Amino acid sequence: MFADFDFDVIERSLPFLFKEGMTFTLTLTAMAMTGGIVFGTLLAMMRLSSYAVLNVPAALYVNLMRSVPLVLVIFWFYFLVPWMGGWIVGAREPIQVGAFWSSVITFTMFEAAYYAEIMRAGIQSVARGQVSAGQALGLNYWQSMGYVVLPQAFRNMLPVLLTQTIILFQDTSLVYVLSIVDFLGAAARIAQRDGRLIEMYLFVAVVYFIISYSLSYMVKRLQQRIAVV
Amino acid sequence: MNYNWNWGIFWQPAPDGTGVYLWWLISGLGWTLATALLAWVFALALGAAVGTLRTTPLTWVVRLGNAYVELFRNVPLLVQMFLWYFVLPELLPKALGDTLKQMTPPWASFWPAVLCLAFYTSARVAEQVRAGIQSLPRGQHMAGTALGLTLPQSYRYVLLPQAFRIILPPLTSEFMNIIKNSAVALTIGLMELTARARSMQEFSFQVFEAFTAATVIYICVTLVVVYAMRRVEKRVQVPGLISAGGAPLAGH
Repeated sequence: MFADFDFDVIERSLPFLFKEGMTFTLTLTAMAMTGGIVFGTLLAMMRLSSYAVLNVPAALYVNLMRSVPLVLVIFWFYFLVPWMGGWIVGAREPIQVGAFWSSVITFTMFEAAYYAEIMRAGIQSVARGQVSAGQALGLNYWQSMGYVVLPQAFRNMLPVLLTQTIILFQDTSLVYVLSIVDFLGAAARIAQRDGRLIEMYLFVAVVYFIISYSLSYMVKRLQQRIAVV
Repeated sequence: MNYNWNWGIFWQPAPDGTGVYLWWLISGLGWTLATALLAWVFALALGAAVGTLRTTPLTWVVRLGNAYVELFRNVPLLVQMFLWYFVLPELLPKALGDTLKQMTPPWASFWPAVLCLAFYTSARVAEQVRAGIQSLPRGQHMAGTALGLTLPQSYRYVLLPQAFRIILPPLTSEFMNIIKNSAVALTIGLMELTARARSMQEFSFQVFEAFTAATVIYICVTLVVVYAMRRVEKRVQVPGLISAGGAPLAGH
């Protein structure tokens, strides 16, 4: 069964897999995580606002994103972003965005909905007295959010935010549907070129497993350390 | 910058001669639901078994169960899909592998997709079942033992009936996930809803109409499932217990 397993094809393609593929995957994960958490926190604040103009659109957005498959969202943004870009710039034609920025925008917008739900729970986990104390000290909304509520919300939700990021890291493999060379895309190209599907896909699975498993192990350790006793 | 809207496109004949574009989307929805439902049945059975075993006092069984869950949770769904579709037939004995490869088109991608989604989701269900059983007060199991129930009996009559009622809300969202995740099967050629919308866009050039229709269909499915499950959840709710749906869980 593994008699004609060809380790050489993996070794030969390592530079391509990691220099091109993994770099893309990690860059995309990092940028989508940063953008997603910032945008998600804003969405969470909107959802918890008492103004209907803010909380209704935020709730609609979050629920919309959460009820559609990621693959469909990737297709949506791939075609939508050029039109939106052209509309913002005021161009006559849809502007060319490129696969990289298209996927950064897609994953930022999609993950923001999931980060928003986590941050909403985080903000709600902060005791009400904290906000009242902030108000008593004369802090305005942004000050009490920035200095009192959000730092505690982040701390409480850190393990969940990191777990979501591990999921994001795995989800970025779906850019495969746009024929982008991410880690899986790179492996798929070599696999099809050399007819070495078994070797390449098993190798990809092992690499993803090692990275995700070690990250989730670290999150578990962190969770035990910061858990409220 | 003008986009030519054409909402009548759904009633125009599709190029493969099987009917109008709308019919493409409906048959896509059919495959999405068939794949998701069948995989869900397997995932629920497998997940319940693995999740239950992970709470038993048998150390080795618990370790095996944990390994199972970690294995399926830490490899991206798309990679798992490729493993089931491309790699599995090669690793099986030759005769069996050839049978798999020679299946006729919809089935050749349908069965790998069902197996992939079933195992992937079963790991997540197992995690919920374990959490549900462990959230029960320790006294429940002790009371069972005090009454003279054996371990299997106390699971059967005391622990599992309560645990399943508690974890119903998270199981609902896992069910939603399996419907959404079935879209990944388009990469191995299953013509489910997203794949249909994509090919409708390719043939008709009506990008936004095709994707809007698919989005609306997915939202309707979500609403139906959420509404139905709300009613079920209300019926089986354990009085006096806060449901396990409160804690936020990472997901997609």
